[in-house]
Amino acid sequence: MRTLSVAQGVAWRVLHNVFTNPSLLIPSLVFPLFFFVAFAGGLSRIGQVPGFDYPPGYTAFQFVFVLLQSAAFGGVFTGFGIARDFESGFGRRLLISAPHRTGIVLGYAAAALVRWLLTAAVVTAVAIIAGMQVGGNGVDLFGLYALGLILNLAAILWAAGVALRLRTMQAGPVMQMPVFLLLFFAPVYVPLALLQGWIHDVARVNPITRMLEAGRGLLAGTPTEVGLAFGVAVALVLAFSLWALRGLRSAEQAG
Amino acid sequence: MTDAFADQVGLLARRSVVRTARQPANVVFPFVFPLLLLAVNSSGLKSATSLPGFPTDSYLAFALAVPFIQGALFATMNAGTDLARDIQTGFLNRLALTPMRGTALLAGQLGGVMAMTVAQTAVWIGAGLLLGVDIASGPLGIVVLFVFSLLLGLGFGAIGAFLALRTGSGEAVQGMFPVFFVFLFISSMAIPRNLIEIDWFRTATTLNPVSYLIEAVRSLIIIGWDAEALALGFGIATLIAAIAVSLSSLALRTRLTRS
Repeated sequence: MRTLSVAQGVAWRVLHNVFTNPSLLIPSLVFPLFFFVAFAGGLSRIGQVPGFDYPPGYTAFQFVFVLLQSAAFGGVFTGFGIARDFESGFGRRLLISAPHRTGIVLGYAAAALVRWLLTAAVVTAVAIIAGMQVGGNGVDLFGLYALGLILNLAAILWAAGVALRLRTMQAGPVMQMPVFLLLFFAPVYVPLALLQGWIHDVARVNPITRMLEAGRGLLAGTPTEVGLAFGVAVALVLAFSLWALRGLRSAEQAG
Repeated sequence: MTDAFADQVGLLARRSVVRTARQPANVVFPFVFPLLLLAVNSSGLKSATSLPGFPTDSYLAFALAVPFIQGALFATMNAGTDLARDIQTGFLNRLALTPMRGTALLAGQLGGVMAMTVAQTAVWIGAGLLLGVDIASGPLGIVVLFVFSLLLGLGFGAIGAFLALRTGSGEAVQGMFPVFFVFLFISSMAIPRNLIEIDWFRTATTLNPVSYLIEAVRSLIIIGWDAEALALGFGIATLIAAIAVSLSSLALRTRLTRS
């Protein structure tokens, strides 16, 4: 119970900060939209490349990438907040005052989820206004957003682990770069089958590829590899939970 | 230019380069990030070359122009952030008490950015040649690419300096990064303008000056000597440099008066 009250307090504070500070809120809303516009708008002709077969069209194809990207970066942006809290000394005071410190990580994670739900709603609304075709039914779409939620959780746990170990804003690139690489070493512009050379080999073993392909299948109403995608996503959450909790221990030891 | 003025510019340019070189993040990101994006995009969008009307069969050659502009954007951020730090730490105020001329400060700062741009250009061209890109305009084209990059470094560096002098805040300069990124992404960086399907997007890329900067570099790499692309590219780059240097000179004068 105490863990939950700590989590609630931390989450409320993060969300209050984010929703009352445009410089924190706007980038996390604008960046996905901007990628969506640039990719779906500028590259729509890619949908005519021989062998490109995605019935809902290129806008929907890019929507899934942007949705999952916003989930991952939503987690990372919240990680920046943890680093900022520790750099300013607030994190240390939090560690002293919290009776159950696991609640601190839980609180940041809960805030990241709420924050991403808003982003996902905005991105979805813009995509629908832009004329995105949806082939999947309600269950398929629920699966797509659930995949995003799990990815968001994995990303915040990863970023929290880094932030709690390094406790400085300079840790930003360390949180961001691996996520960026994982996302862009996946089939971003064309399906996996159309990738050639080294990027195909890298994308094939990239866990994000499974989620991206499954997400696109769900949106199109032709679910593929959904079990595998969820398995990968949950495995990432479990691994990064350990990473974040060990990071918390590291922050505790640093005093 | 007098010897004393040249010495002042040289010293400040050296300081700018050394300061950048001493911060790994300032060196790694301007070099690694554009190369990383080049690798990802050139592999991921390779199949775009099969679109009818695509100007080359090597997407790598097509995309090689983009790091030139990304490098210039990073130059803007670095120049601006460094100068803003000088303002925040009081270095500029202390400098104002010395016989050093204000224009030397600006010229030195921009000299440092341009030196960085030359290094970046060497890396982009070296990487391209190493990966099998054939520069269609030949060795002379490579010289022109260096000249163009210097012009970009001057213009974008001056934009960074202007922002720093106006705001006096490194955070404010960094906050402009997404705006510049929008200009880059809403351009012909990923696909030729005539192949963009969505009308409003094609119009936006046509109105975006960054498209012409990219196309000038691209023409030297994949076409050879395209007078129109080069005239537009050099014209716009010169205009940006002239406006940005003038604005930053004015902002410097105001800042030194305030100090």
